[in-house]
Amino acid sequence: MANELAVRFDDAAARIDWMIEAPDQALIAAAPGLAAELLAIGEQIFERWLLAHGTTPTAESVEGFRILALHRQGARGDPSFNACRESCRELVYHHNLIRLDPTHSDVARRLRLGAMVARHLALFIGGKLEVAGLGEFCCSSRPLRQREAPLQAADPV
Amino acid sequence: MSGKYQKVAYYPGCALEGTGHAYDRSTKELGKALGLEIAELENWNCCGAMEVKNIDPKLQTYLSARNLSIAENMGFDTVMAPCNGCYHNLKKAEYDLAKDAASREVTDRLSRKAGHKTYEAGTVTTIHALDWIKEAIGEDGLKARVKNSLKGLKIANYYGCMYTRPRHIFPEKDRGPGSESTSKPHFMDDLLAAAGAECVEYPLKTACCGGAHTLSDCDTSTKLVLNLLTTAEACGADVIATECPTCHTGLEMHQVRAEKIFGKKTSVKILYFTQLLGMALGLSARRVGVRENLSDPSNLLRERGLG
Repeated sequence: MANELAVRFDDAAARIDWMIEAPDQALIAAAPGLAAELLAIGEQIFERWLLAHGTTPTAESVEGFRILALHRQGARGDPSFNACRESCRELVYHHNLIRLDPTHSDVARRLRLGAMVARHLALFIGGKLEVAGLGEFCCSSRPLRQREAPLQAADPV
Repeated sequence: MSGKYQKVAYYPGCALEGTGHAYDRSTKELGKALGLEIAELENWNCCGAMEVKNIDPKLQTYLSARNLSIAENMGFDTVMAPCNGCYHNLKKAEYDLAKDAASREVTDRLSRKAGHKTYEAGTVTTIHALDWIKEAIGEDGLKARVKNSLKGLKIANYYGCMYTRPRHIFPEKDRGPGSESTSKPHFMDDLLAAAGAECVEYPLKTACCGGAHTLSDCDTSTKLVLNLLTTAEACGADVIATECPTCHTGLEMHQVRAEKIFGKKTSVKILYFTQLLGMALGLSARRVGVRENLSDPSNLLRERGLG
């Protein structure tokens, strides 16, 4: 099951690299499909993380996007996931931007920027899988503190 | 210009006395050029940084609370911290002291042991250097003072992760028009645009730079930074503006390392927003500490008639 669902980070990275390096025409010709693929890559990155931690990835969505639900699921009990919160939203934003107007003159650049956001996500989550604790010392460092003082119910993740 | 924050307590923190001294210098020079006063906290201590916070979070709360207590004793109700880590920790201490009885108990016990008054939440407000300039001078005030416009300079503004996270310790953010956003911060964009710069859309403005893992997992940090740099270049930026000494140093160091280890050269320059604003006000590059940066942006600055 885990192997079926899990994406290999190298494959994701290779696909992302291709989108960043591809000539404009190749991107323009397949813009809506590539935008959807970027979002799917983002979801697969989270699936891999969740599966590696013995959790079944959710099929739910938040604000209409599964990647946001997967991020929320990953962030439960792991506040350092906050460090990629906006990257998920940026990925959704670029996806929407491209899908909304796939013939826009700037569409190739938009795809490349979306791919760069996906690359950051892959590096961050991939890094967390390889190095326990990546990101836990900085922005949202609360794992130890959480054990001592339970989070207020009203606190956003 | 609101008239707020004309004179504030200043908490530089350890980084601004070390690798971030150019940020310290440029913050002071910028304040002076704008007619704003700062008074450095007397006998300040470490905010607890990342290390103490992760080993003994309540000790970190005390350490930050002691700095807030010093500001109060000096007669200030506002302390300005330019470092994202310090800013975050002082805000976190404020939150913990307001919400958590155990944190109050530890802070009180250690304060009595150290022989100073226990800091009480709600007495001193912590602001970032961005809040300071935005509130005290504002965009119109800056525009009126610009002598050397940043016109033509394309800037990607990088805020890093600690300026907006976790959201609940920043109750003043996300309050609608005029307030800072935690999901898409814009204060640095606003100020640099007022100084004439063209701020590019930068989708990684709050993304992780791997700063805290520079020693333990250097390659991951380098890859994260390299992606920040290449994305900024793809956005058309000449410069990445920073507002945190840890992010700034990480970007500069890993820019060099990315070339050495991965053979990936990037040419985007990295400058503190205080350096850019200072030069826009007519201060020399030397005066705002550009020569103290690790990377050398002098060619670009000369081309653009800055510094």
